[in-house]
Amino acid sequence: MNCTCKRERRSTKANLVWTGVVFWAVMMAVGVAFTAAGQTPEEKGLQIAIEADARDAGWGDMSAELKMVLRNRNGDERTRRMSTRALEVAEDGDKTLVVFNEPRDVKGTAFLSFSHKEGDDDQWLYLPALKRVKRITSRNKSGPFMASEFAYEDISSQEVEKYTYRWLRDEELDGVDCFVVERYPVDKQSGYTRQMAWIDKAEYRPWKIDFYDRKESLLKTLTYSDYQQYSDKFWRASVMEMTSHQTQKGTRLEWVGYAFGVGLNERDFDKNSLKRAR
Amino acid sequence: MFLTRTTRALAILTTAWVALAVAHAGAVEISGYVSLDPRAFPGDPLYPDQHETASLSVSAQPEVYVEWARGDQSLLFVPFFRYDQQDSRRTHVDAREAFYLLVGDTWELRAGLQKVFWGVTESQHLVDVINQTDGVEDVDGEDKLGQPSVSLALIHDWGTLDLYLLPGFRERTFPGREGRLRPPLYVDTDLTTYESDAEEWHVDWAARWSHTLGAFDLGLSHFSGTNREPEFNPTPLASGEVVLAPHYSLIDQTGVDVQAITAGWLWKLEAINRYGQGDRFAALTGGFEYTFSNIRDTGIDVGVLGEYLWDERGDDGTSPFEDDLFAATRIALNDVQDTAILAGVMIDRDTQGASALVEASRRVGDAWKLSLETRSVFGTDESDPLHAFRQDDTFRVDLARYF
Repeated sequence: MNCTCKRERRSTKANLVWTGVVFWAVMMAVGVAFTAAGQTPEEKGLQIAIEADARDAGWGDMSAELKMVLRNRNGDERTRRMSTRALEVAEDGDKTLVVFNEPRDVKGTAFLSFSHKEGDDDQWLYLPALKRVKRITSRNKSGPFMASEFAYEDISSQEVEKYTYRWLRDEELDGVDCFVVERYPVDKQSGYTRQMAWIDKAEYRPWKIDFYDRKESLLKTLTYSDYQQYSDKFWRASVMEMTSHQTQKGTRLEWVGYAFGVGLNERDFDKNSLKRAR
Repeated sequence: MFLTRTTRALAILTTAWVALAVAHAGAVEISGYVSLDPRAFPGDPLYPDQHETASLSVSAQPEVYVEWARGDQSLLFVPFFRYDQQDSRRTHVDAREAFYLLVGDTWELRAGLQKVFWGVTESQHLVDVINQTDGVEDVDGEDKLGQPSVSLALIHDWGTLDLYLLPGFRERTFPGREGRLRPPLYVDTDLTTYESDAEEWHVDWAARWSHTLGAFDLGLSHFSGTNREPEFNPTPLASGEVVLAPHYSLIDQTGVDVQAITAGWLWKLEAINRYGQGDRFAALTGGFEYTFSNIRDTGIDVGVLGEYLWDERGDDGTSPFEDDLFAATRIALNDVQDTAILAGVMIDRDTQGASALVEASRRVGDAWKLSLETRSVFGTDESDPLHAFRQDDTFRVDLARYF
């Protein structure tokens, strides 16, 4: 009897707890639904950017070989080759080192960049003929990287804080369910007024970005293809194609040999390492 | 004598290299260039024996690199060869670099012939004292001879401390009697004298601390040993010809170099204090560089540079830049051919004498590079060392094949 009573009491108590949990969950769901309904396009755009950033967090360090193919308006192609490595910096922008290998006259030239969430990035250039490490200004955001259709700001580390956002709509792009988000560069030195990005809902990867210049006209389009997943987590496009609508020129980046967690540290991204980078 | 010693050293290095490369076969990386770079001198020579009009020249600088232990150990060998049709002294061989590198967590060790650059300014490099200038290559002092050295870099949060032990001195190279761009008297390197009794075997040392603090890149250095910059003693030969005998003093030089970056401006300062070559003296170079980038969305960058050069010794010193202004522009088209133009002028504030440089370069195809350069001196007077070059305005064409 006592036992039953006890059991009953306990079950009553359990029911109460359950009711509480359910009530709380319902309230949360209502709250979330309410928030979602009341979320501004700006908040949703930012939320998508934060989620994309969070999904790609924790990669630590990486290295890859990059082949860059420059195409002029006649379709003639020139090939550039470089090695890249990068280090994730938790509370700030990433550190990146690019070493040029081809064309041969610039072989050994190396570019070191410490990107920052706020303010100008720190950049150094190593000139092998003179053995000279030169601090350079990072103000040249809109200028072409290696005579390509990529500007310096396109290849630098993409931090959430470098833009403000606005979700426009959901849309299918080549059969992939995407968010369409506009982002606006915070930096006045940027060559763009806005960028329109198609980001897939499943993995939060960019598939296409339209760049609008200071005169608000469509300047160029970047498309990502052949996504591969590394370390069961990080998605990287093997091919990135930038096409200029105004000059008909194009640049294709082909990434090979992506390796994550290769054991790089701060020492591989200092001015000393710049001098011996290969 | 210089050539034979260098050649012998090169032969030994090459042999050692081949042996090591074979030991680490498979990882050998070869690159470099071969260049055809004639120079033309439209002006009539001022001094007897000097050649006229033009001189054909070829040079080559291959680079052999091998690494192992995941790049923590490596060997680099960069010989340099130059043949000059007119000036036998300009025909020379050197090892620009030939060293072993060992990389640790917080340190790097290098041993062999090295090339080291210190400093931030463009018009001259006051604090840069490790390497001897290869004076037959060009008059700008940018070409350097490989320096025998053992160096240790200690890399910490408080900056990088580089320590150098420099056994073995390299004499500066000078044009021969037939050469252009030389002083009125021939510099006879057979008559070289040293302050040190050990002559070229005096062991020099140097140290440099460098660090980046926010917008500042800082360097503080000290060098103690045989001065890379000679003084000259006019000396009569048995033939009656008066030549210049180089003399190398022992000096102590402390240097500081600072570069600050503010919103597109680079501010640069180099200052030295040298003791041992006559009275203690100070010299400095300071200035700015500003780049107008991606002008009107053409991708073109135009840089503007201005520097002031000062030497406490004034006209009594060995430097022609005792109170001079330097102004230059650097234009980069940022096109597929990497077309670039550098134009600069150095003006002596005292005499109004000036020297000018225009340099243009462009890649041709994927592996060739064509450069054109002109140098000229105008309005100088007897008090200016550059006055000796007043008939030596130079046009240089350089067609290089990279591999």
